[in-house]
Amino acid sequence: MDRRSFLRNTGFVAAGSLFVPAFMKPLEAMALDELNLYKNLVVVQLSGGNDGLNTVIPYGNDIYYQKRKGIAIKPEEVIKLTDMQGLNPNMAALQEIHDQGWMTIINDVGYPNPDRSHFRSMDIWQTGSESNQFLSTGWIGRYLDSNCQTCKFPYTAIEVDDSLSLAMKGQTKKGIALKDPAALFRNTNDPFFKAMLQNDKEHLDEDNLGYLYKTMIETSSSASYIQNTSKVYQSKATYPQSGFANQLKTVSKFISSGLKTRVYYVSLSGFDTHVNQVQQQGNLLKQYSEGMAAFLKDLKTNNKLEDTLVVTFSEFGRRVEQNASNGTDHGTANNMFIFGGRLKKQGIFNEAPNLSDLDTGDLKYQLDFRQVYGTILDKWLDVNNADILNKKFNTLDFI
Amino acid sequence: MSSKDNFYKVKHLYNRAGFGISYTDLHKLSRKNLSKVIDGLFKQPKEADDITLIDTVASKQQLLMQAGLYAKKDLTDEEKKQRQDIIKMQNEKSRDLNIAWVEKMINTPNPLREKMTLFWHGHFACRSNNPMFAQQLNNIQRTNCLGSFKTLLVEVSKSPAMLQYLNNQQNRKGKPNENFARELMELFTLGRGNYSEQDIKESARSFTGWMYDKDGSFIFRPNLHDTGTKTFFGKIGDFDGENIIDIILDKPETAEFISRKVYKFFVNDTPNEAHVKELALAFFNSKYDISELMKKMFTADWFYAPENVGTKIKSPAEFLVGLSREFYVTYNKPQVLIQLQSSLGQYLFNPPNVAGWPGGQSWIDSSSLMLRMRIPSLVLNDGEIDFSGKADPEDEAVIAQSKTATANANIKTKPKSFVDAKADWQKFLDTLPKGITPVELAEFLLQPKLTDKITKMISNNAGLRNTSVELASMPEYQLC
Repeated sequence: MDRRSFLRNTGFVAAGSLFVPAFMKPLEAMALDELNLYKNLVVVQLSGGNDGLNTVIPYGNDIYYQKRKGIAIKPEEVIKLTDMQGLNPNMAALQEIHDQGWMTIINDVGYPNPDRSHFRSMDIWQTGSESNQFLSTGWIGRYLDSNCQTCKFPYTAIEVDDSLSLAMKGQTKKGIALKDPAALFRNTNDPFFKAMLQNDKEHLDEDNLGYLYKTMIETSSSASYIQNTSKVYQSKATYPQSGFANQLKTVSKFISSGLKTRVYYVSLSGFDTHVNQVQQQGNLLKQYSEGMAAFLKDLKTNNKLEDTLVVTFSEFGRRVEQNASNGTDHGTANNMFIFGGRLKKQGIFNEAPNLSDLDTGDLKYQLDFRQVYGTILDKWLDVNNADILNKKFNTLDFI
Repeated sequence: MSSKDNFYKVKHLYNRAGFGISYTDLHKLSRKNLSKVIDGLFKQPKEADDITLIDTVASKQQLLMQAGLYAKKDLTDEEKKQRQDIIKMQNEKSRDLNIAWVEKMINTPNPLREKMTLFWHGHFACRSNNPMFAQQLNNIQRTNCLGSFKTLLVEVSKSPAMLQYLNNQQNRKGKPNENFARELMELFTLGRGNYSEQDIKESARSFTGWMYDKDGSFIFRPNLHDTGTKTFFGKIGDFDGENIIDIILDKPETAEFISRKVYKFFVNDTPNEAHVKELALAFFNSKYDISELMKKMFTADWFYAPENVGTKIKSPAEFLVGLSREFYVTYNKPQVLIQLQSSLGQYLFNPPNVAGWPGGQSWIDSSSLMLRMRIPSLVLNDGEIDFSGKADPEDEAVIAQSKTATANANIKTKPKSFVDAKADWQKFLDTLPKGITPVELAEFLLQPKLTDKITKMISNNAGLRNTSVELASMPEYQLC
């Protein structure tokens, strides 16, 4: 094999022989039943600020119709969940999920002194910071740092993308980003890459060069582990044709093959609907719902739904009143969707947002998003949320 | 001092103070006294070196038009389109501005100036969707990068980009907005723990009325300024913004905070507090002359100590600019530079927040390291790009509109995309001495000391060109 194919790079070489550093072997030899007990968290990010009020529609409230004359969803079109709230008609795929008791909606989640910049608010949601605090690590990254039993390897947290979000970066540990396990496996098995890793003992110091080599070794062993564990599994489920559904299909493959990963991260973009919102958001919600429904049913078939919790967030909701272009502008509090086979409270978790008591046109939040994180950390990931969120947050009763 | 010794020192100096050095220049400068070489870095043409890509007159007109459109309640379809067109044009110009600066860094004859601008760009981190504002702030940072820190600080504080970003535009008498006042002390001067909440309140009152007008020029509005008495760090008076800045600069903690940040950027991620104190004292005593601070650092023995050589992780900007300078790369499709920046986690003009990029080991994760190791071959051998960076959150509105009505809109059926760049190999090879061995080439291209493994890997003597690509693809090349 040509040693420099990595450097020509584009034509990938066929996968080379399996490369597993010695220290990885004990883990791979772990008993299978131990793997089966794994609880997974799937974080779904809706980028751009999803309009929560046209997602979960307060059709029982006249104010909604008064403020949104051009974009309100008519009561007869709403998929009704309660007397007050229902789903956008594009989310029909979730009706069955709701009826199965696999879904709960948390209304009005936000944080004090909300920031309406996409970038900053996403930063706050990903790091779990206060709005006047700047953290350089993400909340999942700090979970990895917390030295949980299974957090030693980068594949403990996988983002299905080409690059890693801040949410997944800790001080000393980081998750791994990959769109296609086979491609990463090929890259790390490239002869040039492997040659760099040979006799690397002299580099395993605490300094920056040591850190680079350590990252390479971990990438290489994670890539092998992920590829070799997941390639045996073939999903029989049918997923809709969308990029988002493909990400979830990859996650399902990982979960169903018994990968020892605790957190998965996927995202769907395009929710910044300032202009002609109804159709744009409708398309996205359809992709979201159909992808999610297929994913959850796939997990159910594989007996993994009980071990999986899905949480969906967006960096902010939108203003209650629509704008002049039949769109909505940046707002504050928003709803979050939770899915899973072991939800304590199903359907709608708390009261619908109060549309008559606004803060200069924006919703006031009922729950801090870090209470949702805190609940997941305490009750699902089994760590003390104060260690991750820098102070203790009261937990909620959805799991 | 042996000339070989000087060779490594000059190389180190140019890696940190600039973006690397060509072999020819290195060879020439190694024969000079090191202090002369340092002085040479500071001898730069005095004339303005602004980026002038964004036409100020046209931008101001556009800004006025935009303000008019925003003030109207009901827009006609044509006016709505006008408004969208302006936003679209601003996004395009913002990308052009980014490329213009990256190319300036690649081609500049004054590397220290651009390196300092990059430092201040991260220190006074700011985002603006108005490219004229962004260009102006960048030029302020460049013009004052080696001058008086006070002038720099005042100019930055008055720039529409910062006034907008940190909400001083909304900071009015009786309705103070503390955002700018807080970051001024927390991130720009004193650092956390060196001021009280009361100081922030009083400082915010003092900056009331610092705004920009409709066409984007700084304006002090006396009728919105709080003329009452303020108590700031124990001093009492009817302070305005400049008074506040003076009081902040009277505190040696400011000199120390800036010196520590400079040290972390130019010397080592982990500050040696004794060295920081040395720098801070010189900086304070020079009345905040940035050139004095930098000279003090570059002439210090410890700057060249082994623990500070070849041990810093290059930022994505340093990595991309350095690689492009090293091999005389021209980008036929410079947009790729934006894709590379965003995939590597440093999209210039778009810092994660006002605290800037955290730097150091936070640049590196599995995917960014794999990508860094592949980029030299992508750029130097015109490879195919099979990755995509994350969409910038500010581009979400564009994404929202570009997603068409079909349910399959989210599937990317992108055509194959190539870097489309060209390295001038002949020019690079001509700079190298005749008969240079692979090991000597490695000693030149890499900053860390060579190990047996590297020596062995390049010993097959695949030719200078192939060996160069190999070396640039090594983890060692990520360090400077």
